[in-house]
Amino acid sequence: MNYEILLPSSSFKECAEYIKKNFKEIHYVQAGYKIFNNYLIGIPPIPIGVDNEYIIIPYVKPCHGCFVLRIAGKEEVLKLRKF
Amino acid sequence: MGCPELPVQTAAALYLANKLNFEGFEVTSAGNKAAINLLIDSDPGKHYIRKVMDLDRCIGDIVEKKMDFNLCFVFIHSDSGISYLATFKSISNAKLIAVIFGKEIEPLIKASAGSMIIAAKAVHNPSPLRLKIDGVKSWAALMK
Repeated sequence: MNYEILLPSSSFKECAEYIKKNFKEIHYVQAGYKIFNNYLIGIPPIPIGVDNEYIIIPYVKPCHGCFVLRIAGKEEVLKLRKF
Repeated sequence: MGCPELPVQTAAALYLANKLNFEGFEVTSAGNKAAINLLIDSDPGKHYIRKVMDLDRCIGDIVEKKMDFNLCFVFIHSDSGISYLATFKSISNAKLIAVIFGKEIEPLIKASAGSMIIAAKAVHNPSPLRLKIDGVKSWAALMK
């Protein structure tokens, strides 16, 4: 999966704030929400940003903290808007 | 269990698994690859660690309602651990126990409010954490 790191190795809170501050279209989901075949980890409600056909998510890695990733995903955008 | 960069994590997990086995629990140890391999290699006879699972698969199976647990111990030594604790709180009906260790445990204790907390300043020496675990006389009693 191709992705761009918008914010590296930060706390989950910092990543959530980054998404809320930098994107107009935000959808809130519960922890465990399935996206790109992964289950989202984090403190709910978890903000997911949408920028045209891109999804912006906080992504927690046990060893490295939380990252904000930007991933192309037209179908996931549609799914989020229906959610 | 997340990244096993602090040595006490493996010792605490083995110690806790032994206690739970003794009480008759069927223990599943879930973690990332390194954490699980440390457990497996530390207990080749499977005296303590009898069932292991990839952490992501464990979360997926709970979300998909394929399984759940009575008790769930979340090992926390960083902000990532807090995110996993919140995730299990959201997806599982298990009684949650935050097992907190490391050098700076106060912010982690604060962030774990609402869960049962077992916490000790411990990095290399597992004894302070073991003493806290020993402070709980019966894990089965937590389920009543």
